[in-house]
Amino acid sequence: MFPIISKEVLAPTISKFVLKAPLVARKRKAGNFVIVRVIETGERIPLTIVDSNPTEGTITLIVQAIGKTTKLLCSKNVGDALTDVVGPLGNPTPIENHGAVACVGGGVGTAELFPITKALKDAGNFVYSIIGGRTKDLVILEQEMRACSDQVFVTTDDGSYGQKGIVTDPLKQLLTNPQTPIKAVYAIGPLPMMKAVANVTKGFGVHTLVSLNAIMVDGTGMCGGCRVTIDGKMKFACVDGPEFDAHQVDFDELILRNRSYVDFEKVSNERLLNDLTSSREVAR
Amino acid sequence: MTTLNPLKPSERMKVPRQHSIEQPALERVQNFTEVSFGVDEERAMTEATRCLECKNQVCMEGCPVGIDIRSFIQFILQKDYAGAVRKIREANYLPSICGRVCPQEEQCEAVCTLGKKHMPVAIGKLERFVADYELEHNLFTPPVIKEHREEKVAIVGSGPAGLTCAAELAQMGYKVTVFEALHAVGGVLRYGIPEFRLPRKILDMETDRIRQLGVDIQTNFLVGRTATIDEFIEEWGFSAVFLGTGAGTPNFMGIPGESLTGVYSANEFLTRVNLMKANSFPEYDTPIRMGSNVAVIGGGNTAMDAVRTAKRLGAERAILVYRRSRQEMPARQEEIHHAEEEGIELLLLTNPVQILGSENHFVNGIECQRMELGEPDESGRRKPVAIKGSEYMIPVQIVIEAVGQQPNPIIQATTPGLMTGKKGVVETNEKQATSRPGIFAGGDLSRGGATVILAMRDGKQAAAAIHEYIQSKKPNAAVASPVTEAATQV
Repeated sequence: MFPIISKEVLAPTISKFVLKAPLVARKRKAGNFVIVRVIETGERIPLTIVDSNPTEGTITLIVQAIGKTTKLLCSKNVGDALTDVVGPLGNPTPIENHGAVACVGGGVGTAELFPITKALKDAGNFVYSIIGGRTKDLVILEQEMRACSDQVFVTTDDGSYGQKGIVTDPLKQLLTNPQTPIKAVYAIGPLPMMKAVANVTKGFGVHTLVSLNAIMVDGTGMCGGCRVTIDGKMKFACVDGPEFDAHQVDFDELILRNRSYVDFEKVSNERLLNDLTSSREVAR
Repeated sequence: MTTLNPLKPSERMKVPRQHSIEQPALERVQNFTEVSFGVDEERAMTEATRCLECKNQVCMEGCPVGIDIRSFIQFILQKDYAGAVRKIREANYLPSICGRVCPQEEQCEAVCTLGKKHMPVAIGKLERFVADYELEHNLFTPPVIKEHREEKVAIVGSGPAGLTCAAELAQMGYKVTVFEALHAVGGVLRYGIPEFRLPRKILDMETDRIRQLGVDIQTNFLVGRTATIDEFIEEWGFSAVFLGTGAGTPNFMGIPGESLTGVYSANEFLTRVNLMKANSFPEYDTPIRMGSNVAVIGGGNTAMDAVRTAKRLGAERAILVYRRSRQEMPARQEEIHHAEEEGIELLLLTNPVQILGSENHFVNGIECQRMELGEPDESGRRKPVAIKGSEYMIPVQIVIEAVGQQPNPIIQATTPGLMTGKKGVVETNEKQATSRPGIFAGGDLSRGGATVILAMRDGKQAAAAIHEYIQSKKPNAAVASPVTEAATQV
């Protein structure tokens, strides 16, 4: 079992957990993920490791309650424990000193981007960060990102915070401006956002890495459920990725594949809602 | 030796081979309960009297792990079933698994003297009977470990190779830790072989018995990522390592349409059901897509397991698509027979050319072409050749590809100096030693794709070699071990 050491609610649907997982903490690098199973009857889902503390033997996960498993996880508190955590999985992000880089995070993707940003800053890069969300609540880790960036841009779709618009707006400005010679872009967020970033940077010929959140079962290269098409070839996101050259990713295919189980997800969600409601009534 | 058999040899030959009691086909496709209930005590006793007690024990030679078959049958004749299973366990620690999944027809039973003129002794059914009897009557006692040793051995992977190696080394007195990447123990026995061929209860019981030998099993530990082999040797204090990580990476055919929703590798399909219990959705959270028509591509045991699982999940038409003829199918005869009884359609000499999908990216058909057999290929089997213009479409909603697996590349990529051959298979010598001293490998990782029993054979062989290696490394060891010498020559 993997106990929850601390929990912080970052936004109504987003929570930050620190878990005891000493073996994972010891080896984890920026870009790695874990596969977790919350309960005995649960499914296995991948979650990016946001931070780790090898001395304390802890890892940090930031989770947005979207599907049944993430909702269930977000309902857990200090004192609860996750049934299974395995990792660190996937290839670490290749970190080098490019000179100037842009780190682009959308929604909860900013959590996954944060350790990479930190590593890029530590490697000596001049870091421009762009973080966005649909609305103010979904812009997370702004202070943390500021601490490891030289300049930060914040966008919201509805204009409730930062500049109104999407993350590609400031990105375009940065890429057009000769004063800001960006050599590499790291983008993590919803698939349509990463696709949009890839389309923008392709025009400027700037190398871009994205992290693909495909559906996984084992996360160790065994099932092939996370297969993605990269430059026309089949790759497994869990062992060949999770990061790939954005200009080679078939985003449309992955968007369709990630919808494979929406009907099942609906059934699971309704069951969870009933369970949580009835347990609350019992508690009363 | 004095015989306990009441029958004269000439009488034994007249006794018909006993059959298993099986769940009727129409009933069993509605559930995941075991197909075969094995033989009862009466049938087992009758079957045991058929053994000719040959002086030259060809059956024992035919067994990859060398079970003393004649002796265990003698125990059955004395009604000492616990004694029989103890005799088996001297050579093979997992009898209730082997009694179920071993291809006896190609091994011990293939060489049985009785089989030359009559049907061979049903050795597999007898093995299963005594193992099940021991379980039902709670007769198991762990073997006594005579000498405890200080040295630690790491076993990577808890499949048949790893578990066998662990059991052997633990009985020699070593401190053994098994590392498993998944959350449950058993490897392919857990995620690959369905419940209706190997009940979870049996697997849990056998792994418990390995724990009773003092073996520590750590789940959720992916060797290569959570810790590397070199860390095991340099920091964790392991004297030797056995790699039994299997062949878990699925192949795909590389035909158009494989990214459509409803296309699974057999590995994923079986893992969702066997490991994650997707057949019990929504009580269990892992989903699985099903359709009225399901096509499974391939002709091996994995294809059989997948197509029979699809039938049990409610497919009206569960079709096996295989490009060669029935004769060339690598699956066990018994499995093909069971599948046909269950209404599985065998579409032979048929090769898929593309998977077709709807606008919303869901599978709605598979285009196939008819094949004919040409000249023999490198495998000695006649090569299937496409018949021009024979393409046609079968409406299906699910396509499952069971076209082979390769070793998972993580260990090879994270262990410098570990020599690999074709398709990432780890190279070993006849003692299962790899190119790195102290590192041994076996099962599908070194074979590319074989059977449970051959994995067990390798695990057993490696345990003996590990013992020899560790002893030879001791300061007072007289001469360099032949294992270490051989290892450097790989």
